Amino acid sequence: MLRPLPLATAAILSGPVLLGLLGTVLPAVGLGPLGTGLTLDPVREVLAWPGLPQAMALSLTSGLLSTLGALAVAMLILAGWHGTRAFTLLERLLSPLLAVPHAAAALGLAFLIAPSGWIARLPALALGWDVPPDLLIVQDRLGLALTAGLIAKELPFLLLMMLAALGQTDQRRRMAVARSLGQGRVAGWVKTVFPSLYAQVRLPVLVVLVYAMTNVDVALILGPNTPPTLSVQVTRWMTDPDLGQRAVAAAGAVVQLGLVLAALLAWQMGERLTARLGRAWVWSGRGLAERAARAAGLALGVLSALSILLGIAALALWSVAAGWRFPDLVPEALSARNWMRFGPEMLEVAGDTLALAAVSTAVSLLLVIGCLEAEHRFGLTVGQRALWLLYLPLLIPQVAFLPGLVAAAGSVGLGPSWPLVALGHVVFVLPYVFLSLSGPFRAWDGRLARVAAGLGARPDAVLWRLRLPMLLAPVLTAVAVGMAVSVGQYLPTLLLGGGRVSTLATEAVALAAGGNRRAIGIWGLGQTLAAFLPFALALLVPALVWRDRRGLRHG
Amino acid sequence: MAEGLRLEGVRLSQGERSLLEIDACVPPGTVTTLMGPSGSGKSTLLSFVMGDLAPGFRAEGRVTLDGRDLTGLAPEARHIGILYQDPLLFPHLDVAANLAFGLPRGGRRAARRAAVEAALSEVALEGYGPRDPATLSGGQAARVALMRVLLSAPRALLLDEPFSKLDAELRAQMRELVFDRARVAAIPVLLVTHDAADAEAAGGPVIRL
Amino acid sequence: MRLPLIAALALATPAFAEPDPTDWDAVLAEAEGQTVYWHAWGGSTTTNDFIAWIGEQVAEQGVTLEHVKLADTADAVSLVLSERQAGKTEGGSVDLIWINGANFASMKEQGLLFGPFAEALPNWRFVDAGGKTVTTDFTIPTEGYESPWAMAQVVFIHDSERVAEPPATAEALLDWAQANPGRFTFPQPPDFLGTTFLKQMLIELVEDPAVLQQPVGDDYAEIAAPLWAFMDDLTPVLWREGRAYPQTGPRQLQLMNDGEVDIAISFSPGEATAAIANYELPATARTYVLEAGTLGNASFVAIPFNANAKAGAMVVADTLLSPEAQLRAQMPDVLGYGTVLDMDALSEADRAAFDALDLGVATLSPEELGQALPEPHPSWAERLAADWVARYGVAN
Repeated sequence: MLRPLPLATAAILSGPVLLGLLGTVLPAVGLGPLGTGLTLDPVREVLAWPGLPQAMALSLTSGLLSTLGALAVAMLILAGWHGTRAFTLLERLLSPLLAVPHAAAALGLAFLIAPSGWIARLPALALGWDVPPDLLIVQDRLGLALTAGLIAKELPFLLLMMLAALGQTDQRRRMAVARSLGQGRVAGWVKTVFPSLYAQVRLPVLVVLVYAMTNVDVALILGPNTPPTLSVQVTRWMTDPDLGQRAVAAAGAVVQLGLVLAALLAWQMGERLTARLGRAWVWSGRGLAERAARAAGLALGVLSALSILLGIAALALWSVAAGWRFPDLVPEALSARNWMRFGPEMLEVAGDTLALAAVSTAVSLLLVIGCLEAEHRFGLTVGQRALWLLYLPLLIPQVAFLPGLVAAAGSVGLGPSWPLVALGHVVFVLPYVFLSLSGPFRAWDGRLARVAAGLGARPDAVLWRLRLPMLLAPVLTAVAVGMAVSVGQYLPTLLLGGGRVSTLATEAVALAAGGNRRAIGIWGLGQTLAAFLPFALALLVPALVWRDRRGLRHG
Repeated sequence: MAEGLRLEGVRLSQGERSLLEIDACVPPGTVTTLMGPSGSGKSTLLSFVMGDLAPGFRAEGRVTLDGRDLTGLAPEARHIGILYQDPLLFPHLDVAANLAFGLPRGGRRAARRAAVEAALSEVALEGYGPRDPATLSGGQAARVALMRVLLSAPRALLLDEPFSKLDAELRAQMRELVFDRARVAAIPVLLVTHDAADAEAAGGPVIRL
Repeated sequence: MRLPLIAALALATPAFAEPDPTDWDAVLAEAEGQTVYWHAWGGSTTTNDFIAWIGEQVAEQGVTLEHVKLADTADAVSLVLSERQAGKTEGGSVDLIWINGANFASMKEQGLLFGPFAEALPNWRFVDAGGKTVTTDFTIPTEGYESPWAMAQVVFIHDSERVAEPPATAEALLDWAQANPGRFTFPQPPDFLGTTFLKQMLIELVEDPAVLQQPVGDDYAEIAAPLWAFMDDLTPVLWREGRAYPQTGPRQLQLMNDGEVDIAISFSPGEATAAIANYELPATARTYVLEAGTLGNASFVAIPFNANAKAGAMVVADTLLSPEAQLRAQMPDVLGYGTVLDMDALSEADRAAFDALDLGVATLSPEELGQALPEPHPSWAERLAADWVARYGVAN
């Protein structure tokens, strides 16, 4: 029963991706139902698009810089502040942000930093500006606003992933040794804890990189549009009324895929270079500007938390706003009208969304635990290559394989439906559950299992009564991450559900297109709360269950 | 006399519970042994001396090293080395880089390499520099850990049951090596153990908690 | 044994509508108990509310209406297309699409639509087929493959507090923008509203707008030249110097509410009034049209060839044409859309209700709106949008 699980899981994950990719690549070279026979015309058309070099450069720089930025800030925060009261505060500030949907975070941020936004209204009021300055802050050509938004949004994810893995790195004793050997707090942490930690969170980091390069919603709101990032342009081709453009979109998706692969390769080379530089640094014995590094970590962490929190606060205020014009800091009056208009439907959809998230996460969790246990019992180790396959859905741009997948599912009689959406969510939820659970699961002290076996416990008993209870915190974190991922899925829900399965994500993005801040505020808050609930439980439950067990509390 | 490691009126408590009270002076080149059952606060005391007390513990009194008050100093500024029962070699660094880790800043690259090579040969591990620490035997790893701490030129050395994981024969060798090196370096050593044989081999005063 | 033969016949003659709309009682009987998935743009909350209200009306006839909110109508088109690719010729997931222009042209050309059905709907008798452009859609004859439900016309919204005398010609707009740099923008083409702005300006600038009724020909460059000369002058004085654009119409209104721009384009004469009521525009917002008139077109609903609930979808289409629904759509605090009905065809009571409608402070009367100009052939929108993107959309 357990033995074939890893293979089956790999098939569940990679099958849809490969089928979908085929459904994308074929039209890109003129094959398939709409095609006109083998031709490179769609590819040529993409290459002839005048915005291509800039769009590619934008995708690449915003993706690489935001991933690097989020990783660096997470590192500085952990290195400089882990175990302090400031860290606890920061963690409390940042963790809920993981649940904030990307589109809502981006819209909030856009309102915050725009020339007519909240921040600019302070000088506007003080200096009596009557109209906002005509400055290109949001949607700037270099994609700086986009990069900053992505950093702020990905930081909580990376921090939580690192924090979950930190319990397994023996950081306390390593730090004690490093500091007794004369290294400062930050330098010692970066030299001794970070390398092991990075090895554990490497795939999440790559996932962030791919997401940052290929997301559509954040790039639409914060990124430039003349031209936009490549993924936005591919989506435009895909949604062009002229059906002939689908082939161009497919070819664009193939280019996007190539760009992502190139970026992954570049990242890997960067990793090697960094490791080499790191060793030279260790040999040199040199430290860091400790005060500056700690201050920067805290400041950037607080800044990024505040930017999203204030953005959400702004959306919340919009949701109850009557008229609200520039340069007023608050609405003219508050009104319950918006909630009466949108609230009831939102709550109904929120229930459906959570049900979908619960089902897809439960399926994912069972498969993941099954795989990990099979690996543990039978030594069925998922090789490094098979592991890449497992993460395929996260490393392949969604826009590149989902349309092809819908067609493939339809050809075997699987029309758009709730079960298909749930299955589709599993494809994206499972890797995240795996990412967040595999580290702690594998790092669990196997000697305890041998002790238990010596006391007569069967493997199942060891799993259910020993291993999983001890791993309660990471298991619940994995569940929360899985549910947040499900709640955030837009494209898979839309395409696999044929638009019939409404979730908070599909409704929120559809509204985002309309730009009604009041409705966006209500739906965005709903989506945030839906994803936040599991996280709150993941933090609360282990703290309650293990309140008297110091050894089972992480950090 | 100001030299050596002095614990003056040190009193540790966790919440309302008092853990231990101690006054002690460890002159350079000598070993003082602290003995006590598990939970008597030995390791907490070491953390306090290191400057690394976990939140939730409270400490009174002060620690001086060669006349310098350590209160409020960051761990890395105290120049106190420590050996645990696990060697705690950094797994991502090779043996040589582990040794270089604690070398005080400065000096040319070649000089640093030479210092590391010399340290390796001192403990009969010539040529082990490029090795992965995970491939070392328990005794080899313990020796690397010892040399790593000594290369950092500590002004005092703390030993947290450093021999308890070694088999009997190795344990005797390591004891000799560690105490010998500490005497040569003329630094005060504070040993925490529950093994009477350790205390006996250390030869210094024994404080029972 | 005869069943497959009938099915084969039905497939072989796609023009033969099944269920047959001329047998309305049979349609009603079949519709009862059906669920209709209406794929319609979900970006406007007022429209969403209106569709929910339509749902309540058809529920009385046993039809359940589900609004599938799209970010882009093309999503529904691609869904139907992918279903056909997968060989799904019945039981499809889209029953009704809010559609017009290029999406309709594309679906009709590909044979993705059910019909003809529109002119057989019972309420068609009220439709002003002679006076309003409801049987052609961007010059493409509808031939009964889509049913109209609202009239739209280009208007410009301005903040009367800031712009007392709004510019009512292309030249005046350029002069005004040069005098007030950074205070005007339009949704970024190929957004339909942005493309509409280009078409509207082209109509203003071209010598003979009649050429636009033909598909784009070899003389395109010559015809479009005045537009690009105009845009070259206008772009540098746009909001953000033309380096960024709002992505949709409602976003553009948001900019107006934020005080970032003073003039906005809209395809819905009642939008400003509705937006004021919903706090989305300042109370000083007003509407105006260009001196030489503005573009108008109809919004339609169409039924895909493989729709699962064709009968139910026709009931919804018919309900949309009922005087009651048309009146509601025209109410300024609901949608403020123009009706497609012929006032003379209505009963006296219905006509009186339309006459009594207070259109709202920011909505022009039908006389002020004037006769709508016909939409150019869809190939113009496509070509202009593509050309604009190449010229201004990827500026370096």
